[in-house]
Amino acid sequence: MSTKEIHGLFGDEEILLASAKKLVSKGVYINDVFSPFPIHGIDPVIGVPATRLHIAGFIYGIVGLCLALFMFWFTLILDWPMNIGGKPNFSLLQNLPAFIPVTFEMTVFCAAHGMCVTYFLRNNIYPGKKSWNPDLRTTDDKFLMLIDLSENSMSAEEIEVILKETGAEEITQK
Amino acid sequence: MSSQEAWIREPLVLGDKSYHDISNDIARPIEGKANRQWWIAFTIALIAMLWGVGCILYTVGVGIGTWGLNKTVGWAWDITNFVWWVGIGHAGTLISAVLLLFRQKWRMAINRSAEAMTIFAVICAALFPGIHMGRIWMAYWVLPLPNQYGSLWVNFNSPLLWDVFAISTYFSVSLVFWYIGLIPDFATIRDRAAKAAKPISHTVYAIMSFGWSGNARAWHRFEEISLVLAGLATPLVLSVHTIVSMDFATSVIPGWHTTIFPPYFVAGAIFSGFAMVQTLMLVMRKVVSLEEYITINHVELMNKVIMLTGSIVGVAYITELFMSWYSGVEYEQYAFINRATGPYWWAYAAMMTCNVVSPQVFWSKKLRRNITFTFFLSIIVNIGMWFERFVIIVTSLHRDYLPSSWVMFYPTWVDIGIFVGTLGIFFTLFLLYARTFPVLPIAEVKSILKSTGSQYKK
Repeated sequence: MSTKEIHGLFGDEEILLASAKKLVSKGVYINDVFSPFPIHGIDPVIGVPATRLHIAGFIYGIVGLCLALFMFWFTLILDWPMNIGGKPNFSLLQNLPAFIPVTFEMTVFCAAHGMCVTYFLRNNIYPGKKSWNPDLRTTDDKFLMLIDLSENSMSAEEIEVILKETGAEEITQK
Repeated sequence: MSSQEAWIREPLVLGDKSYHDISNDIARPIEGKANRQWWIAFTIALIAMLWGVGCILYTVGVGIGTWGLNKTVGWAWDITNFVWWVGIGHAGTLISAVLLLFRQKWRMAINRSAEAMTIFAVICAALFPGIHMGRIWMAYWVLPLPNQYGSLWVNFNSPLLWDVFAISTYFSVSLVFWYIGLIPDFATIRDRAAKAAKPISHTVYAIMSFGWSGNARAWHRFEEISLVLAGLATPLVLSVHTIVSMDFATSVIPGWHTTIFPPYFVAGAIFSGFAMVQTLMLVMRKVVSLEEYITINHVELMNKVIMLTGSIVGVAYITELFMSWYSGVEYEQYAFINRATGPYWWAYAAMMTCNVVSPQVFWSKKLRRNITFTFFLSIIVNIGMWFERFVIIVTSLHRDYLPSSWVMFYPTWVDIGIFVGTLGIFFTLFLLYARTFPVLPIAEVKSILKSTGSQYKK
């Protein structure tokens, strides 16, 4: 069976980070890194693009805001205006101060929940999804580097040598 | 190590822990069997909860005439308990969101349990307006539903409706914020269960962890969403208690109609919430032996927050008194004289002693770092904050504009039963949580180990 993937297992995130930098400088493409907690500084090294989750959140917030304004306008101005303490029931704009709290809540509600749904979709995680970390210890105290050979020109042996000399504890081929 | 922080700061993780030790320590209560004390506490909480459920069913069946409310005092224990529970919830969000924005690393030891406390407290709080409706099966009328459902459109000018939106947004956003943080830790528990060949718990935690694998892209998004949700939750938590205070402040009752209420209520909420966090954490760190993660240093830092917010509450009380005199409004002046010297003077005195005087002892470093004293004081603050709400609500109402309407409020056994019942619900949920959920954020504690662990500070 020919080797397709190399898994380099590390005991410390800083050693992995140094190793990743070395591999990348030699032109190796690291497909992914699995770790028990976020490793700061790994994203630019292995080429993780900056997420646009916050932009999505902003858009969801705007949607929530518009939804709230539409709701007030439709229910209390257009469909059934009521005289409540003599407040102007003919104009959304003039009645707006009383609507600010709900507008704010609706904005936050839509921004937060919309972002969470996007987060689950982008990470491709949901109840019933099977986990795909190659080693069970990566959610405990080990850090794993996954290198797909089909996307690299370097041979498995050459990569192994670099992994070994930069401090990988275990190297497995699959 | 490059990531170390200043030597002058005390370590946050004691006892020379490795990453694996952290997983072991936090997973131990979940993987082991419950001890005797847990079962005793759980049984008591469960009985209290069942008693409360019985009282609630009795109220729903017979009507709110079973409570001590009367024509003059239309709001009493129910709203007192509602505001008290909502306030307790606020500390959780403050710890997880505001302290995250301020980059306070000590929040890592307590944020998970504080957020759990928030969620359980909001459940207890939301119960009270629900059952106070009398006809709880009509509760969906608070939603903006079309006219043909029997009522008109809801009134978006009313603070009571703002509350519906504020509490439901707060509850649901806190819940997802908490759960997103839990997912990586459930994955740790899941993989440990797989290694230990425990198929049932592996299946359960595999579902709860959503298949989290800890890849770099997922962690990148995790950090982003945590930060943005914290940014959203911070104004949210301030808005929730602001809106709760507007339930009172927008009315024309003397003692309620004041602009100081929003900041005063928010400070009070954080004050009482931190006291409840102290009560829970001091017991929890002992019971599940997490003293090396929730250290004396953490206790002291929380006591500082209690002292600060307690002082803000004290200033608010005194400002209220001053403003009632300075306003020249005799109804307003009478309301405050009656609070302090009328038939409910003892409630006012309890509130002043517990909330204004008692937290000032925390100027002493020795007392701030004394576990027994802190526990005692956290209970005192919780009692004081309950009395604060009782004083604001009942003493403002019981002297109506016409002396012929002047009455006293006496709680019935149903009032008391429901309050005890919510304490039961709260502790039942918290005890179940402590046995099944990682009570400390495993991943986040690991991420601060190298900068704040004791072995890296030598």
